[in-house]
Amino acid sequence: MHPDARLRWKTRLFTIIVVLSNALGNFALAWGMRHRAPTLSPLDYVAAIFSPYVLLGITLLILWLFSRMALLSWADLSYVLPVTSCGYVASALIGRFFLGEQISPVRWGGTLLIVAGTVLVGRGSHTGDSL
Amino acid sequence: MRAWVLLSVIVGSTVMGDLLQSLEMKRHGEIRDFRPSGLGRLMATLARKTGLILAIMFMAASFFAFMTLLQVADLSFAVPASAATLVLETFLARFVLKERVDSRRWLGACLVACGVALLAQ
Repeated sequence: MHPDARLRWKTRLFTIIVVLSNALGNFALAWGMRHRAPTLSPLDYVAAIFSPYVLLGITLLILWLFSRMALLSWADLSYVLPVTSCGYVASALIGRFFLGEQISPVRWGGTLLIVAGTVLVGRGSHTGDSL
Repeated sequence: MRAWVLLSVIVGSTVMGDLLQSLEMKRHGEIRDFRPSGLGRLMATLARKTGLILAIMFMAASFFAFMTLLQVADLSFAVPASAATLVLETFLARFVLKERVDSRRWLGACLVACGVALLAQ
């Protein structure tokens, strides 16, 4: 396969992994944390980490961390940031339909403004930027 | 109030983690070998990079704050609000790293800040 084509496929695959692992990881984590008593001490955090849904969430978020790190090693932040912003809408949708959260039109507006802002920040970034 | 304190911790530590992670991974270069042996060598190499270790510590702090935030706030607030990191990163890029930040990026940071303010309503 031509190196450019290989890189395109690798980028697409890692983009899908980054978006899905983030959205599903946050969902599992939120589900797990909501079904626990409030965490107050370090022991509460340790116990929370080993509960099934929190553990699943952490596993998916570790996958997200490594796939994003890998993507950052060849793709520009100006590409990675807008891709990440899909997760904000995904989280709002998951919150609405799977966690029963009431999302006001103002909150939807805020979420969409954040997505638009993230895309613009990405477009305004240049190769070589540190952030 | 507690949600905003937690959000501040998340934003501060995420910005530091992102900065260090981006610097170290760019310095390392593109990852080409995804075989288990290659990934093992990669982990061994990355584990020796101080910047990356610090980045992971910052990200751990951010993560524990995020876990707590999920107990006191909606997922539909917690995840989008964490984008406030972009606002701080833009300021850091311009005034600490002295990078050129163009008008699109400033506008984007303003939109994110307005979006986070709307989430608070």
